[in-house]
Amino acid sequence: MILSVRDVTKRFGGLVANDGISFDVGDGAMVAVIGPNGAGKTTLFNIISGAMEPTEGSVRFAGDEIVGLAQHEVAQRGLVRTFQLVQLFKSLTAAQNVSVGFHRITKGSVGSALFRRQWVRDQQAMIERKTSELLEFVGLEGLGGMMADHLPYGQQRLLELARALAAEPKLLLLDEPAAGLNVHETAALADVIERINRRGIAVLLVEHDMNLVMRIAQRIVVLDFGRKIAEGTPDEVKTHPAVLAAYLGGEETVRA
Amino acid sequence: MISPATTSINRSAVAAAPVVLILAALAIGLGSNGYVVTVLGFAAIYGIFCTGLNFFMGYTGQASFGQNAFAAIGGYGTAVLCERYNWDQTLAFFASMAMAGAFAAAIGYSTLKLRSHYLTMATFALGTISYEISVEWTSLTHGYMGYLGIPPIGIAGFELASDKQQLVVITLILLLGVWISIRLVDSRFGRALRGIAGSEAAAAALGINVARYKLIAFVIAAMYAAAAGSLFAHFVGFISPEVFGAAMVIQSFTMLFLGGIGTTWGPLLGALLVMLLPEVLRGLKELQDIAYCIILVAILIYAPRGVFALIGQGISRINDLATRRHQAPSDGKQGS
Repeated sequence: MILSVRDVTKRFGGLVANDGISFDVGDGAMVAVIGPNGAGKTTLFNIISGAMEPTEGSVRFAGDEIVGLAQHEVAQRGLVRTFQLVQLFKSLTAAQNVSVGFHRITKGSVGSALFRRQWVRDQQAMIERKTSELLEFVGLEGLGGMMADHLPYGQQRLLELARALAAEPKLLLLDEPAAGLNVHETAALADVIERINRRGIAVLLVEHDMNLVMRIAQRIVVLDFGRKIAEGTPDEVKTHPAVLAAYLGGEETVRA
Repeated sequence: MISPATTSINRSAVAAAPVVLILAALAIGLGSNGYVVTVLGFAAIYGIFCTGLNFFMGYTGQASFGQNAFAAIGGYGTAVLCERYNWDQTLAFFASMAMAGAFAAAIGYSTLKLRSHYLTMATFALGTISYEISVEWTSLTHGYMGYLGIPPIGIAGFELASDKQQLVVITLILLLGVWISIRLVDSRFGRALRGIAGSEAAAAALGINVARYKLIAFVIAAMYAAAAGSLFAHFVGFISPEVFGAAMVIQSFTMLFLGGIGTTWGPLLGALLVMLLPEVLRGLKELQDIAYCIILVAILIYAPRGVFALIGQGISRINDLATRRHQAPSDGKQGS
């Protein structure tokens, strides 16, 4: 089990954003968290990624409790997130963006930068080789020299994925990856996410886009008003009465 | 397409050009009178200061208005250790750099948690406090009177008697400082800094310890500032609180933005321009301040990313033209 969320509750004053949520993500699994606006998806995402602490409950990653760790410590353990609004390093090129991503799996600080022994040069060569591999993997081959903010939005999303992959995550957390993308861009993204998962990387995505979720997720966790109301395969969730009532708004929508 | 061979020649030529220009400026200085030597010496010293500041502001994207405090530690450290305690100059140089670095680590540890304008205010206060200390602690600094009789640059009893010799050493230290900054920026460490400048949230999400890297960049900038302060003390032989006052901050900011913040050579170009302009305009007499300001504003309007970026654009435009001309006869349809 790569991720275990147990009885996570988050209160903001009188508002209960997450109410005793529990679920697991297995090794190499692809799990989606869905729910209508205000269901508590973003809060849950922030708690899992280490950006926020729960009021109660525990989050275990690869067996270790990660509640209370700083964001960069969570990331160093191999839990890497992306952002709902793409957070690229805008003044850097696409390739430079990806190369920053290798921070987690590389070594060296001021001293090694000055003296550049053989292992530092080898490491640099590895970064350059893997950077172009990753750009190709997400479908951005040949665009490494472009400034990140000159790319169209759909490609910026893909670049953010390539950068996250550079960190060689054990679990990739995606915050509404399809937000703001058109149908074609969403399809390209779904394809990349599936190929990432096939590499053995577990993926947990919080998503609005039902088509994307139904197409790629193996298991779906459904939230409503801060509670988990259902969990199961896409087919189970599609026909779950509580989900139909709360999220999809009736059978007709599901059939369509 | 440019063939790889041409590109690499162009690239190494472009990389070497600034070094050649700096050595040319040095040669001109050595061939002229004492006044030019002084101006170039100041430009080189400010160049060291700005190279450090560029680390923190240009690459890491943080603002510090208090780097003059660390230059003051360098200057007074050198003055007191050499003049009062008869330390070896080189030893005092490194000791005052280490002292500034230690101070920066202690101060940065608490203040770098602040962001944007709060950090600005805190660092500005730091510079103001250091100025007041240098005025009031008269037993150590001689207050407004300033510190006289600081020996020139030297090592193990051997001293550089003339300003021209000192200029050579200062220029070499400047080039060493730039070399160090190039190496640091082009590394895992430098990439982490540029990541922080781009997005702190994204940097942290990739496992970068944002607070720690900011602190290291701050300490490095402080050590450069101390080196500049120390060299100033040796070069002029005299320091006073005014040398390390708020004017130093304004001047170094002008240099950074004029030359091109976040570029390797921009800050040096800025330092040279800001030092030389008033001298060139001296003939205009009472109009010189006005002309100086007009030139600064014009540069900021027409080269908002600095003169160095403008030169870079020019080079790439020439390259584009050359590429197109090269392609035209062989294959007209092929795009660039």
